[in-house]
Amino acid sequence: MSLRLTALDAVHRALGATMTDFAGWDMPLRYGSEREEHNAVRTKAGLFDLSHMGEITVSGPQAGEMLDHALVGFVSALAEHKARYTMICAADGGILDDLIVYRTGDDEFMVVANASNAQLVLDELTARVEGFDAVVRDDRDAYALIAVQGPDSPAILGSLTDADLPGLKYYTCLPATVAGRPALLARTGYTGEDGFELFVAPADAVALWQALTEAGTAYGLIPCGLSCRDTLRLEAGMPLYGHELNTSLTPFDAGLGRVVRFDKTTNEGAFVGRAALEKAAEQAAATPPRVLVGLVSPGRRVPRAEMNVVDAEGTVIGSITSGAPSPTLGKPIAMAYVDAAHATPGAQVAVDVRGTHEPVEVVALPFYKRAR
Amino acid sequence: MSNPQHLTYSKEHEWLTAVEDGVATVGITAFAADALGDVVYVDLPEVGRTIAAGETVGELESTKSVSDLYTPASGEVVEVNQAVIDDPALVNSEPFEGGWLFKLRLEGTPEGLLSADEYTAHTGG
Repeated sequence: MSLRLTALDAVHRALGATMTDFAGWDMPLRYGSEREEHNAVRTKAGLFDLSHMGEITVSGPQAGEMLDHALVGFVSALAEHKARYTMICAADGGILDDLIVYRTGDDEFMVVANASNAQLVLDELTARVEGFDAVVRDDRDAYALIAVQGPDSPAILGSLTDADLPGLKYYTCLPATVAGRPALLARTGYTGEDGFELFVAPADAVALWQALTEAGTAYGLIPCGLSCRDTLRLEAGMPLYGHELNTSLTPFDAGLGRVVRFDKTTNEGAFVGRAALEKAAEQAAATPPRVLVGLVSPGRRVPRAEMNVVDAEGTVIGSITSGAPSPTLGKPIAMAYVDAAHATPGAQVAVDVRGTHEPVEVVALPFYKRAR
Repeated sequence: MSNPQHLTYSKEHEWLTAVEDGVATVGITAFAADALGDVVYVDLPEVGRTIAAGETVGELESTKSVSDLYTPASGEVVEVNQAVIDDPALVNSEPFEGGWLFKLRLEGTPEGLLSADEYTAHTGG
């Protein structure tokens, strides 16, 4: 099967990007040094093509109620132009995907799914809309998604739009004109920095990328690939589906029970997965499952996904979900599910790195939090 | 980055210098360094260890992955590059020079190595 190309493919090639297959999309992994790209986002600004993300629009008089039924969040309670991090679960409570939902209008919501799960989410929403006065529309081809992230992103974007960026708070969105082109501006991201995501028509993507590049160069903005996006989100302690989240875990297992809103008032409180999730919540409170923790290594070898976490006796007490050398901390970091007995920050455990037990310390997440 | 003519190459992307007083220097190519991405950790064979061509003698860890390091020739390790242990980014910035990995007192004549042009062709260059 041939890879899907984003509207910015020719731009990436011209920039000499190293490309990678990500969920069936040919995406930029890095343009130059991924460490420099990471540091640019932490200290200046970075420009990302995230057009692989899956946009699904739900509209109609009962769009909010339908999403309250289909997702674990209290979506209908969102004010217009607000966004929320939420999840879609199976009837057994397992996480099918984590999502951001934007209320784009009184009767309209945009659900943004991970590329790897977009088709599944679309299929589930299409099935779950039955009985509601609402319509689910596949908008994956309707949008290119460009993100500008980093402390200088407000200044860079501000030079290209009259939109009220200071008034655009974190996790809100606003239809705007950027460099003369229409864009849905959202103050969201996956880097742990301030930043914006621009949902734009694919035909406008190249012009907007070039405008942002020109406006950003003086600030030190550089194009950034998925490799640094992964280390940025890892430092920020943000989960990645397929690593920290999967179908065999509930939101409570992942330490994200707060996204499950049992207090929803719509549909008489009913939603897909409710019964299983109530049990999962009780179980999590009574007998803590493995806990998602941060690990920091004083050494140089890097814990990687699926490596075992072991105690002093070498007994397996957990498993790594993500790991990388942290550019900001200057040492290897990882996230792992470990037995509750070893989950307290300060606990000394080890990671089995190809047969060698490398000592690591349990730390509280996130590894990095920006100064506000 | 073009592959220097004065080196020979393995299909596993190591390079080897000409022998001087029985000793040759080993590193990885720019092609390999670029494929790895930013190298953050190098594990090199111990000085004094005797290694055989094709053997796994260490590892190179980058942001996204870890790769085995093979030796392109047989012999005794006589020196490792402390500078690259201290600053693994040298593998990316100067793969054919300051980013060399170890020196080998050769046993026999290395076999099956490629010329610069052959290696360039091997990497689709």
